[in-house]
This record gives sequence, C-alpha cells and structure tokens, in this order.
Amino acid sequence: MRTNTHFAFFDEGSKKEIRRATLKAVAIPGYQVPFASREMPIARGWGTGGLQLTLSLIGKTDVLKVIDQGADESVNAVSIKKLVQETTGVQVTDQTEEADLIQSRHRIPEIPLTKDQILVLQVPMPEPLRPVEAREYATKRMHSEDDYSGAWLMLFEQIVKYGKTATAADHPVYVNGRYVMAPSPIPRFDNPKMHQSEALILLGAGREKKIYAVPPYTAVESLAFEDYPFAVESFEGQECRLCGSAHVFLDELIDQKTGETVYQCNDTSYCMEQLNSTEKAEVESSYA
Amino acid sequence: MHEEPILKVRNLRKQFGPGCSHCANLDSDRLEKNYCTVCGTVYAVRDVSLDLYPGEILGIVGESGSGKSTLMQCLYFDTDVASGEAYIHTPALTGTNVFELSSQQKRSIRNHDYGMVYQNPVHGLKMNFSSVGNIAEKLIAAGNRNVGEMEATSKRLLENVHIPLHRMKEEPRNFSGGMQQRVQIAKALSNNPPILFLDEVTTGLDLSVQANVLDLIKKIQRELGISMIVVSHDLAVIRMLADRTIVMLNGEIIEQGLTDQVLEDPQHAYTQQLVYSLL
Repeated sequence: MRTNTHFAFFDEGSKKEIRRATLKAVAIPGYQVPFASREMPIARGWGTGGLQLTLSLIGKTDVLKVIDQGADESVNAVSIKKLVQETTGVQVTDQTEEADLIQSRHRIPEIPLTKDQILVLQVPMPEPLRPVEAREYATKRMHSEDDYSGAWLMLFEQIVKYGKTATAADHPVYVNGRYVMAPSPIPRFDNPKMHQSEALILLGAGREKKIYAVPPYTAVESLAFEDYPFAVESFEGQECRLCGSAHVFLDELIDQKTGETVYQCNDTSYCMEQLNSTEKAEVESSYA
Repeated sequence: MHEEPILKVRNLRKQFGPGCSHCANLDSDRLEKNYCTVCGTVYAVRDVSLDLYPGEILGIVGESGSGKSTLMQCLYFDTDVASGEAYIHTPALTGTNVFELSSQQKRSIRNHDYGMVYQNPVHGLKMNFSSVGNIAEKLIAAGNRNVGEMEATSKRLLENVHIPLHRMKEEPRNFSGGMQQRVQIAKALSNNPPILFLDEVTTGLDLSVQANVLDLIKKIQRELGISMIVVSHDLAVIRMLADRTIVMLNGEIIEQGLTDQVLEDPQHAYTQQLVYSLL
C-alpha cells in the first residue's frame, strides 16, 4: 500500500485530531476543548499549541506571519516561521494585510484583521479560574455551572489592594455571554479587538492540551465592575519615537545611561509600514 | 395562628454503598449501628424529618458518627442525598423539592438563601484571599457587581464580628482560629440569608473565644431573626443557643423537643447517658 506524502509537518491523523478539536471549539465559543497535544520539535511553553493549530490549518497557497510580542524578528517568531516554512514551503510575510494565517504570541496586530484571515494565539494558561481553583475537575464544573465568582473575585482583590484592576495581561473576558475565557496574555489594549472580530481567532495551549476559539462576529466582553469600568492601557500624550504613531500599543524603553524614557511601537511591522509610507511621501514630494 | 416552617425536611436518607436485600428496609436490628454487615453499606442519615421555623435556632446533638454533619452537608448540597425531600418556604421555592433542582439552581439557593459556617474554616474560606474578598465572593456569587457597595457591606460585617478594620485586607490564613471562624460567620451572613447552618462552630476554639463567638451568634439571631440549625456535640453550646433540640444516634432522630425539656428530662436511654456525662 502506498500513501501519499503528507503535507506539512503532521501526519493526517494528527491534523484530523487537531481540526476536530478546532471545529468543536468554534462551535462552542470560549469553551476549552481538550485535545491530544503532540510532541513538537520546540519545547512546551514556546508556542506548541499555536504551532499545532498553524500546522493543522496551513495549506499550500497560504501566506504565514508569525509575531512574538509584536515583533516579527524575535527569536521565537523566526524559529517558528523557519520550521513551518521548511516543512511546508509556504510563503512567509511581515505584512499583516498579506497574511492568511497569523500566529501570534501575546499581541493582536494593530491593523484590523479581515474575514479572510485566521489569528492563532499561543496560550500558556488557558484556564481563567486556575488561580482560584487548582483542581481541573472543579474548574470544569464551575464552567458548566456558570460559576465565575472566582474570576470576579480576583479582580475584586486587585481593586481592593491597588485601587484598580491590575491585570497586566490576560484580563478575563466573557465570550458570547456564556464562557469566561483567558484571552492569552495579550495586553488589555487588545481585548476590544476580539469583540466582533472579523477574523477567526483560535487559541492553542500545547502544554495544557486545550484549544478554544472566538468565531468571527462574536461578542467578547471584558469583565468589569459597575463602579470600576474596564480600561485599556493609556499612552496619553505619548507617541512612537520612530514613526510618530499615537493610539497604538507602545513599549516603554528606558535608556540605561541617560535614564531617559522613550516610547516605541510594539507592533514592529506596523511601525515599519508607517515609516515606509512617510518615507515614500518624502521621496515623491522631492521629485515633484 | 399556624406558623409555616421555613425549612421542611422529609425522610432524608444518605447512604454510602449500594444496599442489599438484607438491609433494604432499614430495620435497626438488622444493622450493626448504622452499618450493614452483609454488604458493608453505611446508612449515615436514615429517613430524617425535621422542621425549622422562622427565627428559631434548632440544635442537633449526637455522638461522632451519628450523622449530624452529613445531614448538614446534605441540606447545604455539599453532598447528594439518596432519597428524601426538602422544602424552603420562600416565594420562589414554595412547593419544590430542592433536592431535585439542577446543580445551578442549588448553587443559587446556596448563594441567596443559605449561609454555612463549617467546623474547619478551611472549607468555608479561601485562605489566600483577603478577608474582604472572602466576604465579597459570596456577594459576587449572588450577582453583585459593585465594588464600593460590596466593600462597605464587608466592612460593616467585619465590624460586627469584631475583626479590626486595619486587618481587613489581610488573608485569613494569618488569623487565629477564632478570628477565622468570625470571618466565616461574616461571610455566611453577607447576603442576609434566611437560613444559616452552623456546624460545630466553637469546637476547637478556646473558652473565651468560644464565648465570644456564641455571643455573636445569639446577637445575630436576636437582631436579624435568622433561622439557624446548630450542630454540636457540646451540650453547653446547645443549651445556650438552641430553642429546640434534636438528638441523633446512628443516623436517626431518637428524641426531640424543647431544649430545656430534653436536657432536664431526657427520655431515651442514649440521651440520658449523654446528659449525665455532662461535666
């Protein structure tokens, strides 16, 4: 018996298993679907969940973009990109608009995603209730009974202690009014981008063996108390030192020698694009 | 005037094990205490019926293993019952056997109509969350989403149970046993529940703290008119708190009546022994 060579890294059985879990995840927005996570050639906790999703989804004509905390050129992003390219031969890109499939760690790109794109997020801790309840069977029961007082309690504690919700990232969200979901450690700034997103958002946790999803046009609401409304990180009065963008997620950089604080776009491809467009304009104007 | 009980329990049974033809009809002479020697089934609570009236404190006494704590756990839905019915007299629940409700509905009863104080504060509190947070948890579960309101309620309750407010943000694991117990009571009271369960609340506390906690319970009952079921093996506690008392042995009620009557003139041989063992 001859079998055709498999496309991409996975055998057909693995792809089928991951796709099956993915379909279930899309059918139940925000619900964590357990799946048979594979052993991957990168270490667990380095994006195996996202990588498995990517490799089960990718087709010959797809264009892939991989981001690591907003950067296209960081080690993690580059090695994942290389691995996928070497095992599939697909085209890779830095441009958000060009990509069909975007695997990301801890950021959602600044440029709004479209209905033709899929965003894959790498998740270290898929269970939003884990800090209050260590037992998996107990958290499963809490989800089934719609018992989210634990998630609220964590926010309450932060408000009592610090006067505001202090979730630096991974601020829990209600998906479709039913399941409370950990949106992966994206900054609060990116939470609203999930709401009614045109693109399908898939979240994969390889070590924890869970896949979950936010289907397109799904309501995603960040948890917030009546008197402490949800707020994103504010960069009021700051702009990127390179491209001058405001209203984007900025990295705060402190110069070790001078002690000076500067701000810079976290999304490197967005920053580059802004720079290119202004540069081009300068060139054109000098010609005219 | 005829008064309607706020909690009516009928034929509550809890067994551990499948049961067999030998022990099926629960004949006392066929069981070794509450244990079937043939199939090994333990009948922890055997067809117990009781009524709790509004504003009263009902005491349950009995030796260890008599089924009093299991009875409480069944009523608080911590564990499933084998058979039996319970009715809560509130506008929403009148006429429904609460044991047959879904787990979500049971949770709603726990959050809105019940309060529970466990013998061991570890079961009732989250030891790694602040005391205010612990109280707020019950309010959040009942649907409150206003931090200011919940903080104010928590402060008022902690003051009521004599926890100094400068320690309110501290985690209960830093507290002494008596303080933990008082935080637990504050938490149980946070939603003004019409029914409060107290399971051996003073066991393991030293005498002065015991007196404090008992005083507090008495005060709460007097001021808020909450109905309570108090489980204890300590007759002194029962004598001080309870209006009526039930005596349990081997999962059955063997005697019940007004507390002073039961203690002054016990009828059942076991109760007599219990009362005369009192130091």
